Amino acid sequence: VCIHRVRSCSSIRFIKSKYVCVFDKSALKFSHQQRLFRTSAVSCGQIVQFKLSDIGEGITEVTVKEWYIKEGDSVSQFDSICEVQSDKASVTITSRYDGIIRKLHYNLDEIAYVGKPLVDIEIDASKGVAPEEDVVETPPMSHEEHTHQEIKGHKTLATPAVRRLAMENNIKLSEVVGTGKDNRILKEDILNYLAKQTGAILPPSPKAEIIPPLPKSETVPAAPKDKARKIPVPVSRPIVFSGKDKTEPITGFHKAMVKTMSAALKIPHFGYCDEIDLTQLVQLREELKPLAQIRGIKLSFMPFFIKAASLGLLQYPILNASLDESCQNVTYKASHNIGVAMDTEQGLIVPNVKNVQVCSVFEIASELNRLQSLGSAGQLGTNDLTGGTFTLSNIGTIGGTYAKPVILPPEVAIGALGKIQVLPRFNGKGEVFKAQIMNVSWSADHRIIDGATMARFSNLWKSYLENPASMLLDLK
Amino acid sequence: MVLQSLLKNCLQLSCILRTPKAGFRSTMSGGLIIQSTSNDVYQNLAVEDWILDHMNLENRQVLFLWRNSPAVVIGRHQNPWQECNLRLLRQKNIKLARRRSGGGTVYHDLGNINLTFFTTRKKYERMENLKLVVKALKALRPQLDVHVTDRYDILLDRQYKISGTAAKLGRTTAYHHCTLLCNADKFVLSSVLKSPYKGLKSNATPSVPASVKNLFEEDPSLTCEMLLDAIAEEYATQHQIDHHITLINPADETVLPGINNKTKELQSWEWVYGKTPKFSVSTCFNMVYKDSFLDVKVDVDVKHGRIEVCNIDLPEQWLPPALCSELVKSLTGSKFCPNETTTLATTLLRVCPQDNELHSRWNLLCENMIMLM
Repeated sequence: VCIHRVRSCSSIRFIKSKYVCVFDKSALKFSHQQRLFRTSAVSCGQIVQFKLSDIGEGITEVTVKEWYIKEGDSVSQFDSICEVQSDKASVTITSRYDGIIRKLHYNLDEIAYVGKPLVDIEIDASKGVAPEEDVVETPPMSHEEHTHQEIKGHKTLATPAVRRLAMENNIKLSEVVGTGKDNRILKEDILNYLAKQTGAILPPSPKAEIIPPLPKSETVPAAPKDKARKIPVPVSRPIVFSGKDKTEPITGFHKAMVKTMSAALKIPHFGYCDEIDLTQLVQLREELKPLAQIRGIKLSFMPFFIKAASLGLLQYPILNASLDESCQNVTYKASHNIGVAMDTEQGLIVPNVKNVQVCSVFEIASELNRLQSLGSAGQLGTNDLTGGTFTLSNIGTIGGTYAKPVILPPEVAIGALGKIQVLPRFNGKGEVFKAQIMNVSWSADHRIIDGATMARFSNLWKSYLENPASMLLDLK
Repeated sequence: MVLQSLLKNCLQLSCILRTPKAGFRSTMSGGLIIQSTSNDVYQNLAVEDWILDHMNLENRQVLFLWRNSPAVVIGRHQNPWQECNLRLLRQKNIKLARRRSGGGTVYHDLGNINLTFFTTRKKYERMENLKLVVKALKALRPQLDVHVTDRYDILLDRQYKISGTAAKLGRTTAYHHCTLLCNADKFVLSSVLKSPYKGLKSNATPSVPASVKNLFEEDPSLTCEMLLDAIAEEYATQHQIDHHITLINPADETVLPGINNKTKELQSWEWVYGKTPKFSVSTCFNMVYKDSFLDVKVDVDVKHGRIEVCNIDLPEQWLPPALCSELVKSLTGSKFCPNETTTLATTLLRVCPQDNELHSRWNLLCENMIMLM
């Protein structure tokens, strides 16, 4: 007993002298505060000045380039506080303490000095122990300063934050393998120990949530894109939902969509759908694909759909028109600038192929190739994106059969093409055969287009595609 | 011969892999040399991140060797508009990456090798690393006049920069990486590293331009492989380990768990452009429309890569003022990016009078605005 008392006395003395050593110059009053702190019960948080630690190579000043926190934020030990730069070296300064940020000593682009206070942190009052010591090894520290925990007569080195983490998770520190200096137990060691216990895959960084938040682009509903992803496989892991609602302003592509669709609302839409037998077209395309390839062009079905639409518009020019704001005049557009809806990484864009009425199927294909590669690189110009008179949307490449497309002002009609499915159909002899069926869904402006016109246009378009040879008769 | 040793290294790697997360800890002591099998700049930068975050370098330092397909790499606190010709990059399909270390902008292609020296924060010592590189070069070709400057550059013939340096210090680990020009395309290098953007005001770290030269020009018998080998040899000698290079696939989640997330973050717009320190653009351009010349003054404030404030000064009534203010309103909050601006501008045209004259004026203004980005 006697011996034990002596031992504890000497350890207290040791800590006391260390305190004075660490907080020496800047505040005599500071060490005074320390003494008070130790003797009385702590009722409010202790504000600690967290100093900029040594960077190495004899560097004494750095520039503050980015703050990761602001005054009032709470931080945990090892959280990033700021980024400083010195002579081509970028340094991430992490917190030594758990607590709340009370003051930032520098603004952005100001020079900060090594050894001087960087931020003031209010240490959590509930801990009721002395502020934690420096965990990061920097040259001036040579003797151990961590509070020890004596377990079974075996000293285990760990900071109060680590000890608390272990306690919260019912972990015996003696069972954890320490990987820090002198076998010190670090926060990562506790987390690794936990991972082995639960068998769960814990992310390496202590801060990461178990279920990562969804990336920004998915928060705004975009139906076509989502269909392309596979059905997620349910993962069996402890259901801990740590997600939070996230609100952000609408900008960029989404803003553009909001504007377009709000304007489209003013148009009274009606729909008309039909089924097209593309069996012959599929065969024709197979024959023509290698020829186009030789000329360096990828031939899809779209050039045929686009050309057939243009031939139809020659017969029903009202579908290629535009109604003015006051609904007093309708302008029949001479050029068939047929827009093709494209899904890019950033969102929906609709470039158009100009003057389809004077283009061959091959020319259309080649122009489509150009627009597609520019579109995916995000390099479409204003000319490609303006002047459209009629639009086709091939949503079928992603999936779906019937759709209800929204007309893009100032146009008056739009067609959505579903996917090509192999289905059984009856032929003229009453036999069942394998048909390549695609559904088309048209929407038109009911102020100037009537159902009959839409139906007749659709029938004509359908006849050209079901019997591609008939296109030859009307090609100009 | 190279293939054989590659295969041998791959096998070695799989042995290391069988030991748990502490995969790299067990076999080597003192040092480890790894080389990336990928030429993707984002993947390779992610490997650096991963090692910084996950490896314990107390008893062992790491040398990471990597090369990239054409890319411009800017420093952590730099402004890409200030540093390079973004238009040219987009045209030539050259990638733009922002690394996590400080310093200036560099151009990478397969003729340039990158070396990253990983140590604990205590043992962070750039001069030593560069001296190692110089020693290796001299061992390979004793007649080479190469030396290290105070600015941590390596100069050839006392004039030409062949290597630039940058560093990143984390909580317990640090890395120092540098380039080494062996046989890079100097023509592309100089054209992409010249910024055409005028009127930029920013506190971002500026690059210090320097004349460069390839080692290949000094000695045509040199190849990247030879340089990598020589440096690995010198590193191995100094760390008293086998001259043995372990290959790393930066897409392999089993060896580097969590690496793909790091790669994605480095590729994201928010990182590459969004981390640009606040800057402003104050410029004017001339437009020629039919027979008239027009002066347009533009002021834009950009924060986090997005337009915070935008002001366009046009000759009166050249465009309907309501439309112009709509444009400014749309642009505010959007990315300072040609693609978004084009989309917004063309969308606005849908909801205004269908007048060809108006459309061509509008397109002209927008094309010019986009040139600023």
